[in-house]
Amino acid sequence: MRDFAELIRTLDSTNKTSLKVEALTDYFKVAQDRDKVWAIAILSHRRPPRPVNTTLLRTWASQLANIPLWLFEESYHIVGDLAETIALVIPVSEANSEKTLTQFLEEMIDLKTRTDEEKKEYLFENWKLLNYYERFVFSKLITGSFRIGVSQKLMTRALSKATGIEEDILAYKLMGNWDPERITFTQLVLEENEEDYLSKPYPFYLAYAIEGEVESLGDVREWTAEHKWDGIRSQVIIRNNELFVWSRGEELVTDKYPEFEAFVKAIPNGTVLDGEILPYIEEEIGTFNDLQTRIGRKTVSKALLKKTPVILKAYDILEWEAKDIRVLAYAERRKILEKLYSEVSAEMAGDDFPLHLSETISFQNWDEVAAERDRAREERSEGLMLKRLDSPYLVGRKKGDWWKWKVAPLTIDAVLTYAMRGHGRRTNLFTDYTFGLWDEEKKELVTFAKAYSGLTDAEFRKVDAWIKKNTLERFGPVRSVVPHHVFEIAFEGVAESKRHKSGVATRFPRILRWRQDKKIEDANTLEDLKGLIQ
Amino acid sequence: MNTPLLAFNENGIYCAQANVYLDPWKPVDHAIISHGHADHSRWGHKKYITHHSNVPIIKHRLGDIEVAGKEWNETFTINEVTFSFHPAGHIIGSSQIRVEYKGEIWVFTGDYKTEDDGVAVPYEVVKCHTFITECTFGLPAFKWLPQQQVISEINEWWQGNKEDGRTSILFGYSLGKAQRLLKHLDPSIGKIFTHGAIENMTEVLRPQLSFPETTRVTRETKKDELKGNIVLAPPSAHGTPWIRKMVPYVTASASGWMTFRGARRRRAIDKGFVMSDHCDWQGLLSSIKATGCEKVICTHGYTDIFSRYLGEQGYDARTEETQYEGEMGDLEATVERVDDLVPDEEKAGSINSIKSKK
Repeated sequence: MRDFAELIRTLDSTNKTSLKVEALTDYFKVAQDRDKVWAIAILSHRRPPRPVNTTLLRTWASQLANIPLWLFEESYHIVGDLAETIALVIPVSEANSEKTLTQFLEEMIDLKTRTDEEKKEYLFENWKLLNYYERFVFSKLITGSFRIGVSQKLMTRALSKATGIEEDILAYKLMGNWDPERITFTQLVLEENEEDYLSKPYPFYLAYAIEGEVESLGDVREWTAEHKWDGIRSQVIIRNNELFVWSRGEELVTDKYPEFEAFVKAIPNGTVLDGEILPYIEEEIGTFNDLQTRIGRKTVSKALLKKTPVILKAYDILEWEAKDIRVLAYAERRKILEKLYSEVSAEMAGDDFPLHLSETISFQNWDEVAAERDRAREERSEGLMLKRLDSPYLVGRKKGDWWKWKVAPLTIDAVLTYAMRGHGRRTNLFTDYTFGLWDEEKKELVTFAKAYSGLTDAEFRKVDAWIKKNTLERFGPVRSVVPHHVFEIAFEGVAESKRHKSGVATRFPRILRWRQDKKIEDANTLEDLKGLIQ
Repeated sequence: MNTPLLAFNENGIYCAQANVYLDPWKPVDHAIISHGHADHSRWGHKKYITHHSNVPIIKHRLGDIEVAGKEWNETFTINEVTFSFHPAGHIIGSSQIRVEYKGEIWVFTGDYKTEDDGVAVPYEVVKCHTFITECTFGLPAFKWLPQQQVISEINEWWQGNKEDGRTSILFGYSLGKAQRLLKHLDPSIGKIFTHGAIENMTEVLRPQLSFPETTRVTRETKKDELKGNIVLAPPSAHGTPWIRKMVPYVTASASGWMTFRGARRRRAIDKGFVMSDHCDWQGLLSSIKATGCEKVICTHGYTDIFSRYLGEQGYDARTEETQYEGEMGDLEATVERVDDLVPDEEKAGSINSIKSKK
């Protein structure tokens, strides 16, 4: 483990991407194969299930640190990361552990089946044996997602440098379901193995938001547009009479969308579609809020299936007749997709077949494109996707061939009412805010949204300082503050919601600007917000 | 006793019996000053009394003021109240202020640390009944390593950067941290350059202390001269055009806040060295215990948390609101303006806070 902890320390010692990649590359060159597999797994968010719940972790860590639990909790709110808090409060150790990363992970997998007493003993023993960085990594592996400022992309780039295998090929190999406990480094990275590919998705091609004027994209005839749907980006794979549905977060979600089982009979084997999962209620696309009722569920009840059915709005085809066709021009792929769609829908006519086509729209000039974008809300879309007709399907987020061009968000002026400290980079700063709108009589502020982003670092510093001086009450980590500051909040959509106290839910709220020119009486009312529901 | 010996009012910490203030934040007639940082020695008082080491610092900052300098342990009496200064170990000249009246003793720490940093006269325990303490780092997450270990890491870091052909830029506030770093940097590695704000303050202090040679970075300084060398700069210089000429460079900050991984990442600094001029958690607890006090008043830092813990340990502990916090007084004030003279450590912390709800 020492070399892995040392790697994390090195990554923590630089803010420069090139140096981070260099450190990772060095690690991949010298680490043992088993450790490499685990390092790849951890850095691509494939950690083993959490063996100890966080309540026990906090209790035990405070015991070992010999501080009361409340003091541990307060420290945690300020440090903003549980593993880091544990590593900091436990007394410094000069001891050393010779165990490898793999040994630790195997022990953690085994630990899940143990009694609480055994778990406690295991944690105490190791916390005492490890130095600060080792203890941080060890605790991080136990507590949850291993986010330490190294993206999967960065890790893949380093692996590519260490092995000489192309980055895109590696990205593909590292997709999907593989078990770090059983797979070897050779199987995962070095070997070609056709059988493994049955369920494997392709890396998604992601677009950047368009900057500047749309005209800068050049001749409008080289482009096509489609609406940008607000659902779950997914890849649907039909191979060997089996269905696999992958979300963009590389999560296998096949079981959550039983509607798509119908694809297995209708769509030929060796087909991979790229599209958006959308709620489709009474012949109309629903809101993201509708879809949310489906996302969290592991098993889907018949009632829910009936209430909120989903469709796949397909816009691309990546594999056809068992061939990877990502190198074909978009226009060519669309021809294949549209032919497939028309044949399938003719065959399945009248059966509520859950495959829809995301229509492409052609234009004579950019003004027409802009006009179509303005219609986005009518179409229940977030704006437009602009795709170059001759573009291949690339890997990851790339500039040039695909752009998203969203509609301007909806906005409302709201009052800052509560604040919490942030996490990660925002450790120890009050950056997580709750906002309220006035009730009808403008007597009371009703909470309607939380937002964490949109201010500059300098603005966050100022608001943080103000919050510390203007706290009314504390509720654990949350502070209520004097209603004083007005912020313009932007969001993508608004819908009625029974789950929210205000009766409305906003989609992706964020801070657009700090309205220091406005007084709290100038903030909007809840009625104003409801008026934006379409 | 009805009137406490020291009370907190809108101007500062007030001794009614002597009619003087300790580190007042609003202009008053008589101010007894703990040390030279801007949030403790403010502009506008009629008369200042402080340890003599602070006199040149305060004059440098505030111009021609009326100030009397005292020795350590030298007592002076105002209307039967006896005052004296005792080393606080925070920065050069930093003092605890001991106040005694009719056998009752209070000590106000100003800012302090327990470790001898080789620059400031080391902290001394002063027995008292009531201890008014800062608690900037009053959380068990803060644990300082011995200075020698951190200094070695810093010199190794500089050496490594030099070998890679980069300039090392090390951030520390201009009064205190900068001189502490300067004192311990290894001049055999290369030349030590300074930002103007640090150079000016160091010049003021040179008559009192010995430091390695420094060179001020000016418009005329060439990129090649800087390569492989180290530049000491105040935190406010980060991200300004001033540092662009130092490319290729590597940045580091030396501060207690570097304990938090997120704090370093937020500032977009390459390397963080955990080095503070304040007490860590154990430092605070051991000093409080050593004073033999019964009452503790927490001024700035994680006051509510720290005083609650002290309460559980059997102390009569509470918090008081002060303005020892740098730029926080006015929302419009820019952080950058005061950066040079107020330690980043105090600004970044959870500053003050509502009074305890007891």
